[in-house]
Amino acid sequence: MDLLKKRQLKKFRYNLSTYLMIIIAYAIIMLLSFQGKISSLLNGLLVPFCTYSILAVSLNLVVGISGELSLGHAGFMCIGAFSSAIFTRYMKFLGVEGLYLFVIAIIIGAVSAAVFGLLIGIPVLRLKGDYLAIVTLAFGEIIKNIVNAIYLGFDEHGAHISLKNAMDLGLSDKGFIVIKGAQGITGTPHYSSFTAGVILLLIVVTIILNLINSRTGRNIKALRDNRIAAESVGISAMKYKLIAFIIASSMAGVAGVLYAHNLTTLTALPKNFGYNMSITILVFVVLGGMGKIRGSIIAAVILTLLPEMLRSLQDYRMLIYSIVLICVMIFTSAPSMKQYIEVAKSKLKHIRKSFSKSKEGI
Amino acid sequence: MKDNIMLSVKNLSITFGGLHAVENFNLDIRENELYGLIGPNGAGKTTIFNLLTGVYKPTTGSITLNGVNKIEGKNTIEINKMGIARTFQNIRLFNQLTVHDNVKIALQNKYRYSTISGILRLTRYRRYEALMDEEALALLKVFNLENEATMKSSNLPYGKQRKLEIARAIATNPKVLLLDEPAAGMNENETKELMNTIKLVKDKFNMTILLIEHDMKLVKGICEELTVLNFGKVLAQGPTDEVLKNKEVIKAYLGE
Repeated sequence: MDLLKKRQLKKFRYNLSTYLMIIIAYAIIMLLSFQGKISSLLNGLLVPFCTYSILAVSLNLVVGISGELSLGHAGFMCIGAFSSAIFTRYMKFLGVEGLYLFVIAIIIGAVSAAVFGLLIGIPVLRLKGDYLAIVTLAFGEIIKNIVNAIYLGFDEHGAHISLKNAMDLGLSDKGFIVIKGAQGITGTPHYSSFTAGVILLLIVVTIILNLINSRTGRNIKALRDNRIAAESVGISAMKYKLIAFIIASSMAGVAGVLYAHNLTTLTALPKNFGYNMSITILVFVVLGGMGKIRGSIIAAVILTLLPEMLRSLQDYRMLIYSIVLICVMIFTSAPSMKQYIEVAKSKLKHIRKSFSKSKEGI
Repeated sequence: MKDNIMLSVKNLSITFGGLHAVENFNLDIRENELYGLIGPNGAGKTTIFNLLTGVYKPTTGSITLNGVNKIEGKNTIEINKMGIARTFQNIRLFNQLTVHDNVKIALQNKYRYSTISGILRLTRYRRYEALMDEEALALLKVFNLENEATMKSSNLPYGKQRKLEIARAIATNPKVLLLDEPAAGMNENETKELMNTIKLVKDKFNMTILLIEHDMKLVKGICEELTVLNFGKVLAQGPTDEVLKNKEVIKAYLGE
């Protein structure tokens, strides 16, 4: 039982350090911003930090914990962003505004992304192999293109949808257009803030950490490690993979809500909701470490910051960015590097032990 | 109670394309019996295990557990819930997880709580996790694995990995345990220890065990009855001593 207690304590410490890291970072930034010492560049990045951290953590649930490859995480973010922005924009049109609408918007974003997660997951997760990667890749692109083509407006007769142009909606004089094709949604209320982002991130991290250490999480990990053995002890592969996938997609939806209400214009570009974005999120996860929640957050923050810091290099920016990425990958995954870290760790432990012993001696 | 038939297989056949992997296979295992299944490579032993656990669906035939439960046509998960657990020829553990978690996962059918109560850490979660921890540890103690409880299961030595696989199967609280070549790759001492473990499992948990094995010492030592399989067909069936004296068995499998 002692061994188990030790292990539980270790897990508890890891979880605690994750929460503390977020809270301390939040406190420092808030303190600095009160003193006015934060540059406008960093200030503009605060909400994206939270958005991308949520995306990275949730994708880690699919890729790291459940062991399935998803290449369309930005697609779920897109759904969350647009479904919630339609709601808040419509409410703004009706003259209703208030922060409580943001809470409702978050729920709408999470639920609508979860529904799409369910629709994709049911057929695809039955299959063994990399089919999820193929389908989610296509899904992300399809969602982005549909959103780019859609026109949506409201008037006293209700909603009007068209795929042609704004005139085709046939709105009455009192009507107003919410989604204007490729121009997207303009005038979404600015509800997102760093505080809201951090609160959402903390909620997401809590849900995922608690999930991982519960029966459901263990079953998901068992399926990742050995599907045949997991089924032989009575675990339904379909059910638990689906749970992981749906939770992750609804969290991506929440990140989308945060993203949408941080901008005045919401458009579906390849840059923000396309394939590139999905891959960027995957890079956060891989660099932060598969299944490592704290690592995902750190990687997301650093890799969001890095391109902005390199802005002065202009055209060479992406070149340097990719070189840094490759270097980090090599350094963190090379066996000799891992060995070196292990040796350093054990030495540190030894020093700490002898230090505490000498303290006792005194 | 000793004569109660626990597992009954009648006319079981499966064909893959034109190949008759198993043909008209019959088997009756009594409760708390240790039954051996032997035969040359490719005879269809593991295929029978796969049929019994629902990995393959039989072409014809019936499998009955405990006289009432029909097994054929059910899937692996349902069959495990009915009471058949197995180990694998090539060890299949949850490699990234600890030894303790490996057993805890197998307890998941007994202590069910929802995903929501897991996320919100409701009382049900706390109560059941404590019970699972205790029960898993108790089970590990039976197999002498309690000191390795927090180790990653892939870091265990080979013999202990085998033991852990058996412990995990037992944790699902089965009526019948299927062991697929548990002594494969073991040296003499490890095999001896394994023999004792299997005997212990049989007595302590009142388990009915069906065992595939090539190690004749182990088979002679613990199996009460035997079936010899060759090219998907039964060559001989009966008490171990008699079967091993059978001339055809010696010719096909043991060597003269």
